[in-house]
Amino acid sequence: MKKKYSIYSLVKNSLSDNQNWKKMWRNPEPRKFYDVIIVGGGGHGLGTAYYLAKEHGLKNIAVIEKGWLGGGNTGRNTTIIRSNYLWDESAHLYEHSLKLWESLSSELNYNIMFSQRGVLNLAHNEHDVKEIRRRVSANKLNGIDSEWVDPHQIKKLVPIMNTENCRYPVLGASYQPRAGVARHDAVAWGYAMRADELGVDIIQNCEVKKIRTAKGKVQGVETSKGFIRSNRVGVVASGHTSVLAATAGIKLPLQSKALQALVSEPIKPVINTVVMSNAVHAYVSQSDKGELVIGAGTDGYNSYTQRGGYNIIEDTIRAIVELYPIFGKMKMLRQWGGIVDITPDASPILSKCEVEGLYFNCGWGTGGFKATPGSANVFAHTIAKNKAHKINAPFSVDRFVSGRLVDEHGAAAVAH
Amino acid sequence: MFTIRCPYCGERDQSEFSNGGEAHVARPKDPEQISDREWSEYVFIRANPKGIYYERWVHTHGCKKWFNAVRNTSTDEILKVYKMGEAPPPLKGFKNTIKTPSGEPDVGSGNFSVKKP
Repeated sequence: MKKKYSIYSLVKNSLSDNQNWKKMWRNPEPRKFYDVIIVGGGGHGLGTAYYLAKEHGLKNIAVIEKGWLGGGNTGRNTTIIRSNYLWDESAHLYEHSLKLWESLSSELNYNIMFSQRGVLNLAHNEHDVKEIRRRVSANKLNGIDSEWVDPHQIKKLVPIMNTENCRYPVLGASYQPRAGVARHDAVAWGYAMRADELGVDIIQNCEVKKIRTAKGKVQGVETSKGFIRSNRVGVVASGHTSVLAATAGIKLPLQSKALQALVSEPIKPVINTVVMSNAVHAYVSQSDKGELVIGAGTDGYNSYTQRGGYNIIEDTIRAIVELYPIFGKMKMLRQWGGIVDITPDASPILSKCEVEGLYFNCGWGTGGFKATPGSANVFAHTIAKNKAHKINAPFSVDRFVSGRLVDEHGAAAVAH
Repeated sequence: MFTIRCPYCGERDQSEFSNGGEAHVARPKDPEQISDREWSEYVFIRANPKGIYYERWVHTHGCKKWFNAVRNTSTDEILKVYKMGEAPPPLKGFKNTIKTPSGEPDVGSGNFSVKKP
């Protein structure tokens, strides 16, 4: 039965002391066979299952997650959403995603708290200025709202920013007003609930140990709950994609590193937009609870430890305090790390591979959250039709052979 | 965050070093003969295991010398450090306590290395 949230349901459930809310999704045992198996129950994986069921009419789908839903990078990012990427290929992909974000709460009838509060990408030197102005122009040509703002306008948007009396003065910024933040857990839960309603089996606490293949075709997956047969398997496992791919004998151009983020104690509203700086490596926004959400960099070595080095946090905090002296006495509440899979060109892989029926959605590196709906949407198309959507066609794994890379190192908001 | 024993300077903080990625990757001997796919493997594909592997480090803020190490990427333990030119120690000689491919408990998610007592 469709669970609909409304003022009526809120009032009705409050009268019964909120004891009668229905479970948002079932907790089924896996069947022997599925038409499609999605490995990884984060936003991208659950979204893929949702669009497979909704837009492509597939009924027999499973999402297999080794832990709990959204417990990986979906729940570990800094929730920033934007589409101001330099190259046409990326701009189309991230803008497709941003358009889906704009209607996602109503599509899922679940409040994902998408707040379009705008994003500033700061320039601190002559090169930054040229590079960012070029990106603004490229964005405009792709129909993306992006504009150049001078330090005076930045001061109006973010009065607490120290634009002049610092080692790297702020010379301007790009501004995308439609960018923003969303509640990351809610994205996973919203997709999970609606996918479940469409008949998708969400199997948690079940680890995929091996992708079984024979004669160049995928046979299914071996899990901690036994072997599950399927002709189509989509792997959406972020930092652990290499590990899973290796079980099917596939090598992908991915390196897994720890990326950290941290939040401060909650304070009253002080910064009402997202501010990112590539040159000094600092980005910050304020959550609805009032915490400053701060993103740090990746460690300089491969690791799966989900921690990250302390010196990386120090570097970021140093830059944050220089840009916002008002934060100097604040205390940080929590810090965590997630394992991100980085490709050589800093663009994702949304692709078939040499094994028939095996698909990969990976390589999102340090910025995959913003792409969740778009990535899921085109990946579902790729699995259903066994053919890339025109938006993800440039993100095939074959680009590393042809040399047609989508180099987004420069347009990523912060260097990692 | 961890410490690394530089074979020339001794034990120092990891932040003094820079990582050079996978070690012992040989440049193709006949570059003009190999296919685009083989080139792609050499240029773009590097080992990325959850477990024990060979990697290069350079003591950037120290002696500036390169050396190799064997490290467990699921715990960040450095198991062996050896100089450039020395033969790589066989990986079989190191004990890998990881049972599952992802290096985590059979059920559930979490940080294996932190959970270890």
